[in-house]
Amino acid sequence: MSAIPHIGSIVAAYAVTAVVLGGTVAAVLLDRRSLRRTLERLEARAGRGRAGTPR
Amino acid sequence: MYALANPANFMRLSGRVLPWLAALSAATLAVGLYLGFASPADYQQGETAKIMFVHVPAAWIASLAYAAMAASALGTLVWRHPLAEAAQKAVVPLGAAFAFVCLVTGSLWGKPMWGTYWVWDARLTSMLVLFITYLGLLALWHTIEEPGRAARAASVLTLVGAINLPIVKFSVDWWNTLHQGSIFRMTGSTVDRSILVPLLVMAVGFTLLFATLHIASIRNEILRRRVRRLMLAAAADREPAARLAPSDGLATEAALS
Repeated sequence: MSAIPHIGSIVAAYAVTAVVLGGTVAAVLLDRRSLRRTLERLEARAGRGRAGTPR
Repeated sequence: MYALANPANFMRLSGRVLPWLAALSAATLAVGLYLGFASPADYQQGETAKIMFVHVPAAWIASLAYAAMAASALGTLVWRHPLAEAAQKAVVPLGAAFAFVCLVTGSLWGKPMWGTYWVWDARLTSMLVLFITYLGLLALWHTIEEPGRAARAASVLTLVGAINLPIVKFSVDWWNTLHQGSIFRMTGSTVDRSILVPLLVMAVGFTLLFATLHIASIRNEILRRRVRRLMLAAAADREPAARLAPSDGLATEAALS
């Protein structure tokens, strides 16, 4: 028995909003971390390649 | 604007602005949520009207994101600007997320108020078409590997799909719909101040959140193109005979770095 009518709909609406928008924020942050790591690895490899190349 | 349109300048300036923008978004959303939950129940809808504090801003951002994407599509097709391509691609998943929130929260409001989760009403249907357009664009960006070609194909689809924007906005005026009309009239707002103020604060909060996520996603897109360029260079070094001829896509990536 709930004191507020349709409380389930209200809670579900806010929960969906929090999950979707929170998930979007997390996806952007995780993507950034993954790209930075890949970029650092590639730049280090490119640097080693240049250092090892006879001039 | 010209200074910002350079990807290197954009990375430097956006890196400084982003933490402040994120903090401002969080603070505005916190104030909006507090005002929303402290507001009195609507005389007809009761507490269910509180769903409007997330539904209306999500609908507003879903349309705003598409307008931003259409402007970027013009920048891609007319000026072939690499930052316009990045901005265009970055907005697609964000627009899809906000359109999804709008559709689901609208359905959750519709069940207690209209007695059904869904009706094939002009406003609801045009918003569903907007969401499907976002999904189509998301698929298109991931289907074509070369970023320059993907951007041009996505730009054409974006501009064709932009015809849906005025339909979403004016559907409640053009057709006899179940969805309520605009709350803003020439004579002022039809909503009481106790509900209007939290609604406007939440709309500002959602706009700031969208701006934060869009800038962060554009930065990611610029990094992704640097990664791709380095991978192509590494592959070309391994196989000098099979060195790739420079295409406009590669030139675009070089301009981004």
